[in-house]
Amino acid sequence: MADMKRNMTCIVCPMGCTLEVELAEGNVTSVTGNTCPRGKDYAVSECTNPRRTVTTTVACQDGSFVPVKTSAPIPKGEMFNLVKELSKITISLPIKAGDVIIKDIYGADVVAAKSMG
Amino acid sequence: MTDLVIIGGGPAGMSAAVAAYEKGIKDILILERDDELGGILNQCIHNGFGLHRFKEELTGPEYAGRYADKVKELGIPYKLGTMVLDITPDKVITATNREEGIFTIEAKAVILAMGCRERSKGALNIPGSRPAGIYSAGTAQKLVNIKGFMPGKEVVILGSGDIGLIMARRMTLEGAKVHAVCELMPYSGGLARNIEQCLNDFDIPLLLSHTVVKVHGKDRVEGVTIAKVDERRRPVEGTEQFIKCDTLLLSVGLIPENELTQNAGINLNRITSGAVVDQDRQTDIEGVFACGNVLHVHDLVDFVSEEAAIAGESAARYILGSASEEATDIEVTTDGKIRYSVPQRITAKKDIKLYFRVADVYRNITIKAEADGKVILSRKKAKVAPGEMETIVIKKDVLQDIRQINLSIGEE
Amino acid sequence: MFYDAVVIGAGVVGAMTARELTRCGLKVCILEKENDVAMGATKANSAIIHAGFDAEEGTLKAKLNVEGSKMMPAVAAELGVKYINNGSLVVGFNDEDKKTIEQLYTRGNSNGVEGLRVIGAPELRELEPNISPDATCALHAPTGAIICPYELTVSAIGNAMDNGAELKVNFEVIQIKVSEDGYEVSDGTETIETKIVVNAAGVYSDKISTMLGDTSFKVHPRRGEYILLDKTAGSLVKHTIFRTPTKMGKGILVSPTVDGNLLLGPTSVDMEDKDDKDTTQAGFDKIISQCGETVCSVPLNKAITSFCGLRSVGDTGDFIITSPRHGFINLAGIESPGLSASPAIAKYVSEILNAQGFNLKEKEDFNPIREKMHSFREMSAAEKNEIIKKDSSYGRIICRCEGVTEGEILNAIRTNPKPRDLDGVKRRTRAQMGRCQGGFCMPYIIELLSKELGIPMEQITKSGRKSAVITGRTKEDYIND
Repeated sequence: MADMKRNMTCIVCPMGCTLEVELAEGNVTSVTGNTCPRGKDYAVSECTNPRRTVTTTVACQDGSFVPVKTSAPIPKGEMFNLVKELSKITISLPIKAGDVIIKDIYGADVVAAKSMG
Repeated sequence: MTDLVIIGGGPAGMSAAVAAYEKGIKDILILERDDELGGILNQCIHNGFGLHRFKEELTGPEYAGRYADKVKELGIPYKLGTMVLDITPDKVITATNREEGIFTIEAKAVILAMGCRERSKGALNIPGSRPAGIYSAGTAQKLVNIKGFMPGKEVVILGSGDIGLIMARRMTLEGAKVHAVCELMPYSGGLARNIEQCLNDFDIPLLLSHTVVKVHGKDRVEGVTIAKVDERRRPVEGTEQFIKCDTLLLSVGLIPENELTQNAGINLNRITSGAVVDQDRQTDIEGVFACGNVLHVHDLVDFVSEEAAIAGESAARYILGSASEEATDIEVTTDGKIRYSVPQRITAKKDIKLYFRVADVYRNITIKAEADGKVILSRKKAKVAPGEMETIVIKKDVLQDIRQINLSIGEE
Repeated sequence: MFYDAVVIGAGVVGAMTARELTRCGLKVCILEKENDVAMGATKANSAIIHAGFDAEEGTLKAKLNVEGSKMMPAVAAELGVKYINNGSLVVGFNDEDKKTIEQLYTRGNSNGVEGLRVIGAPELRELEPNISPDATCALHAPTGAIICPYELTVSAIGNAMDNGAELKVNFEVIQIKVSEDGYEVSDGTETIETKIVVNAAGVYSDKISTMLGDTSFKVHPRRGEYILLDKTAGSLVKHTIFRTPTKMGKGILVSPTVDGNLLLGPTSVDMEDKDDKDTTQAGFDKIISQCGETVCSVPLNKAITSFCGLRSVGDTGDFIITSPRHGFINLAGIESPGLSASPAIAKYVSEILNAQGFNLKEKEDFNPIREKMHSFREMSAAEKNEIIKKDSSYGRIICRCEGVTEGEILNAIRTNPKPRDLDGVKRRTRAQMGRCQGGFCMPYIIELLSKELGIPMEQITKSGRKSAVITGRTKEDYIND
């Protein structure tokens, strides 16, 4: 892969810094425009293995829905697959925020984001 | 007589309650319309909250949960399913719920924390039919995230405010196809990160300077016609484009929910549609404070919590009759390029953080604060946008003997 | 099933006629092609009880308008419908307008309108401080009034049903046959036998009439677009403010509504399509530019909704009230002032039937009184608490903009004529009718409807037919993959 430049918006925090990333043969050689070190980490990750935290809901047996999230960002390309897995399950209440709903899927856990029931 | 009644148990109300409690006020009552504390955060299941406040990234329910746990831990009383119907200038509150019916409470101090509502389709006067399938983004969010229902499968979103962007991603993840997000203005009202992770991640086009000129469909939405708009935001003939869809979501602005405030005779600001307040978030009725989205619409809940804590602490000081800083009376004005500032009045000599919003996207500018015509502070900014609230801090020492502070933007 | 009378169309004219025929002891069935009553011109008009100076002397319009508007206060009181006698003003700006106003004054007097006066600018401004400074004179009609047309219709049909009438919604008449005893009316699946047919089918009344071979008239729709402003704008004017009519038409009126909103409109465009209720940019532009002619500083930024109604306009210039066959009556071309005239039209129908030998007699146990639709909201706090003690759902606010409780919504869903969709609940309770237009309460109301009607959420509609509010469950497309 040839050397190239890439512009991106950092999504780590609401500031949304515009990052300029220089790449050489697929490796990040320089990041500018970031306000904090996490911006640099994001740029590197985004260029090599983009990941996203996914949030959605899981059906409960009583007809309500509990909000859930991945405990860490998962590969961006797996977002729909994760939601598909979650579409298959129904949980029983009560549940506490932080309880693991699916362990170790795409490199993260799916955890409840709210205590319910 | 209750020391402090807080109207609304969302992020603003809960933060205000905790702050007042920590300043020594124990006789507090939160009145919440919904069946749980947390307000609109309960349906904001996406992450991105709390980076300022908790130094970690939380979902809406988690952020609300932190404060709700704190309220419960401190034993601050609250009533759920309780709707406030009226507030008098003497701080008599009338409310209703299932258990008690209609009842009144007298308060020494009141904090208004009712939040905001969405601008509805009616306010837009979009020509065409009025079928099912047109919802404000927040209504769709409630249906999807709380009730588990899809409001539609083929979606066009009008307005690129944050809720619209968040709902574009939500609808996509839950199984719908979002065809486009149309934005009347030449820039988005939402955060840059949300354009990236809610639209670009899913290849959803953001059509700036576009609007919906016609809704089609008799029973259910069958499509919309969109068109480009000119500088005066009027549709440009010949640019019309039909998009087949069954749903039109609107994210066209939030309006502070100030009917109670207005009925109490509290003076409102024309630009914010919220109360005119001083640095303590006190309105022009002594002992009535306002904070959060009912005061002015925020982008980040972290700032809501921060502002509500100011209101809570101020209410505590008011109730306890604590000595406050040396008094003054300074009016804060803006130049139009800066649309408004909160607070609009400064009545005590101390460090003051001014929150403000700009009217347009400006690049390479200087934000200036002038006191009685003399520049007291200036700060360079590479870019400011209407969708992102800005702050500056005015130091106590410059507040001596001045009557007015004017905020303005100087372009280079 | 055999009925004495079938009324086709559950608009205000059909409603008042059905109630009148029920009062006259007939077994009445009302047939409505939509999912609810008041779905045509009745739900989208100026909501005005006209004094009666508009229609030309000697017409049915003039006679029935003046009679109807005199009957209306008593009818509204019986039905518990809010009626406000706010008076109306026709505002003039020049000598030509003045001439027209004087003509209207003369015409009104000969039509039998009471209390008409031509007033000058000072008195006009005293009556309405926000009137345009260019206004020079006005016709003041103290008997002009405002009412909510769908509240009137729902209440009239509810009252008829409480007295034995039946209502069939989603019944679109496609055939009427003459039978031995009268008529057979069919929607293709169900046939209803009746001695009398009253055709109150609005813009489709010519189609209905043709089913019995009467092609003597045509009706066409006339589009009227409106903008409704929030209650905070409702006190801009007290009277209904008309522009002096010109060759170009009556112009845009500005009027308070009984619920305290401000109504602007209508436009007036003749149409072919009987279903095209689209609002248009041209319509908005016209309303916006013309409402300011009569009244100063109309706060257009307070718009909460806009809508379009199709008025049914006959080809004779007058109401078309005919009986081409024994027991068959056309009530067609009932354009403005049809709402005002509706009680008188109903009476007129009973007179025609009596003349045909139907020998109608007042039903002895007819109860003309219907409980107010909005009784709860008008109670004192103490009275409300009595009710909440018995039924706690009245303590729970569902629609925050209009302050509508769950109890009121449940009561409306259980009261004749029972609403089956979101708009039906809206018209009866005002829930979803405020500033946020259902943004907060709609999800709760579909749940209440689903529970009460015993049908799944996915089948709850905005307004019948295929207007489903939600399309399915989240993630169901993954499951179906």
